[in-house]
Amino acid sequence: MTQNLVVASSPHFRAEGSTAAIMRDVLIALLPAQIAAIYFFGAGALLLTVTCAAASMLFEYLYRRLMHLDGTVGDLSAAVTGVLLAYNLPAGIPLWMAVIGCFAAVIVIKQLFGGLGRNFANPAIVGRIVLLLSFATQMTSWPIPGQDGVTGATPLGVVAAMSNPETASEALKLPGYLDMFLGNIGGSMGETSALALLIGFGYLLARRVITATEPLAFMGTVFILSWALGADPVFHLLAGGLMLGAIFMGTDYVTTPTTETGKLIFGVGAGILTVVIRLYGSYPEGVSFAILLMNIITPHIDNLTRIKAFGGVEE
Amino acid sequence: MASIFDRSLKGVRAPHRKNTMDMETRRMPVPEKVYICMSQHMGPPCDILAEVGDEVKVGQIIGDSGAFLSAPIHSSVSGKVTGISEIIMPNGTRSKTLVIETDKKQTLHESVKPPSVTDRESFLKAVRAAGLVGLGGAGFPAHIKFNPKNLGEVDTLLINAAECEPYITSDYRTIMERAGDVLYGVETIMKWLDIKSCIIGIEDNKPEGIKKLRDMTKDMKGVTVQSLESRYPQGAEKVLIYETTGRIVPEGKLPADVGCIVNNISTVAQLAHYLRDGLPLIAKCVTVDGGAIASPGNIQALIGTPIREVIAFAGGYSKEPRKVLLGGPMMGVSVYDDGYPVQKNSNAILAMDENQVEGYAETACIRCGRCVRSCPMNLMPLRIEDCFNRGDNEGLMACKVNLCIECGCCAYSCPAKRHLVQMHRLAKQRLRQDQQKKKGA
Ligand code: SF4
Ligand code: SF4
Repeated sequence: MTQNLVVASSPHFRAEGSTAAIMRDVLIALLPAQIAAIYFFGAGALLLTVTCAAASMLFEYLYRRLMHLDGTVGDLSAAVTGVLLAYNLPAGIPLWMAVIGCFAAVIVIKQLFGGLGRNFANPAIVGRIVLLLSFATQMTSWPIPGQDGVTGATPLGVVAAMSNPETASEALKLPGYLDMFLGNIGGSMGETSALALLIGFGYLLARRVITATEPLAFMGTVFILSWALGADPVFHLLAGGLMLGAIFMGTDYVTTPTTETGKLIFGVGAGILTVVIRLYGSYPEGVSFAILLMNIITPHIDNLTRIKAFGGVEE
Repeated sequence: MASIFDRSLKGVRAPHRKNTMDMETRRMPVPEKVYICMSQHMGPPCDILAEVGDEVKVGQIIGDSGAFLSAPIHSSVSGKVTGISEIIMPNGTRSKTLVIETDKKQTLHESVKPPSVTDRESFLKAVRAAGLVGLGGAGFPAHIKFNPKNLGEVDTLLINAAECEPYITSDYRTIMERAGDVLYGVETIMKWLDIKSCIIGIEDNKPEGIKKLRDMTKDMKGVTVQSLESRYPQGAEKVLIYETTGRIVPEGKLPADVGCIVNNISTVAQLAHYLRDGLPLIAKCVTVDGGAIASPGNIQALIGTPIREVIAFAGGYSKEPRKVLLGGPMMGVSVYDDGYPVQKNSNAILAMDENQVEGYAETACIRCGRCVRSCPMNLMPLRIEDCFNRGDNEGLMACKVNLCIECGCCAYSCPAKRHLVQMHRLAKQRLRQDQQKKKGA
């Protein structure tokens, strides 16, 4: 009589899409930047990405396995973390150092806090900061595109040096906007080409993975504030990790606010912090620290921006 | 802090799958046996008013209750009561059920005659006698809806013809086949309740239905047909009220508190039928569809007919069903057994096959916010889940989980396939128990 019918709670219908599909879209959106990096920094850029992605996935696999948790490598979030971390490193960094960054990102920040969805900060950002604090020299040896084995300063580094009377005497030259837009400058492996990152941004928007609120707020704030403070706004928009951070890390679901208002606050806040660090801080680049700080206050932004229930009555 | 950004994009664009739109309702013959269940409305179950061995006739009252939110239950057939059994309701509770062996003659009971309606009171009595209950899962009796405390402030009668659930077309068939009944019902309600304006809300994926209703209501004073964007859940009561009148029903209030009375279009047609012939609610038009159904269609079946037989009449299963639903895929309930009978508020029977019943593996919430963006009630399911897991009842109240209409949009759009609706039900239950405890203490 009864034919083994499944009894379950409604809805009995689910939209297509899964965590893995979203992460896959993010990886696809990161692809143009990878191609640009290979073009400017050579095959080493690909090797760095593959190493970081593989190491992150391996760490995730081993941790979940050893802790007898369900396997989550298939959701591709570890792969995204690995790729993002690789993009935040100089192309010439020794691979073993990159692997340490992956460990910090995947094991310490993500898994020890309970895995995907529970980490309070963006794993890739923390991975980068850990490396920056531990291996300052290697982390700031920026290969110059087209000049094998030669390292130099990033445009932001040049600006910082120029503002310091002791180092300003050296022959310093800033790249043109076009080179910065295309990515023909020194910098972290995946951050230099604004063009490639913007293509990825377009893809994420088209696939509705993210909304434009946070990236526009972040980049817009940096542009306006640097201009208001007398710096070159176009330069600051194109320099450093701003685009990579605003498009790919400031939109991380887990560590940024949920509502659009929250995203707006996050973007503006990160923008202000970035400019302040860049212009007044001791590091030439401030995007990672800005995002990390905003990650930390995200729960508070979320609390502030709770949306009002339809017809809800507040006591 | 809310903002304009957070107001857009509510609800989901679920696929329509209205395969049976153009299929005329076929009337199903009287089955051998019917199973008439005593819990078909919101209030406590009806008392059984027949005994084993009794002969009953069509339209005879076989269950009733003096309780507030109840409606009488009528025999849908003529025949002999052969037993009183218990069936397990989809929500797991048990309900007394009258088993009637039919004689197929469908002899009408003496009480079946057009009621005399002369004033509001007799109108409300007639509505109750018709046995009408709302189509929403809860089965809110129609005569209670028509009799709010503040009737004088009610200015709008809303007729819900949105039919926003995928697959279901039984309301649409009502429009196409029984529009006259619908309008007669509307007229009568407006007359006796002294309501000046009526809006019929219908989703724009039914252009012919809109055209038909518009043509027919051209000369009716105060009646407008409003086309609604096809986005689930336009037919949810609070959403419909907002979309048609711009009014927001506050928490804990009823539609009447914002001047609206909402009725489903099929209920209105049924009411007209009763006023004309005196035949109470004994049959329902249901859409039979789904991957395991050989030939989908619209079937008019007597209340109490086992759904297995309705499906057999429609053409049977094409393959082994894995899940059988009463209602649509977004809010319908899955039954344990296809022997479950057609109820007063049934509007569809869907049999899903293996491919349509995926064992959705739940994965971790990635805080993507899709649940928030899709919730028509502006709730934040991801926060509700946090509070639920923490055991934070205060938080649950602050999140207004009590306002969840269980429409399923959040779970539908969740990429992590979280069982959000189920969790909301448990959360509401927990809050209720908590309150009872507080009251008791
Ligand atoms: S839709 Fe699902 S994964 Fe996304 S925030 Fe809501 S519960 Fe979490
Ligand atoms: S929280 Fe409730 S009302 Fe909101 S989408 Fe989910 S089920 Fe519907």
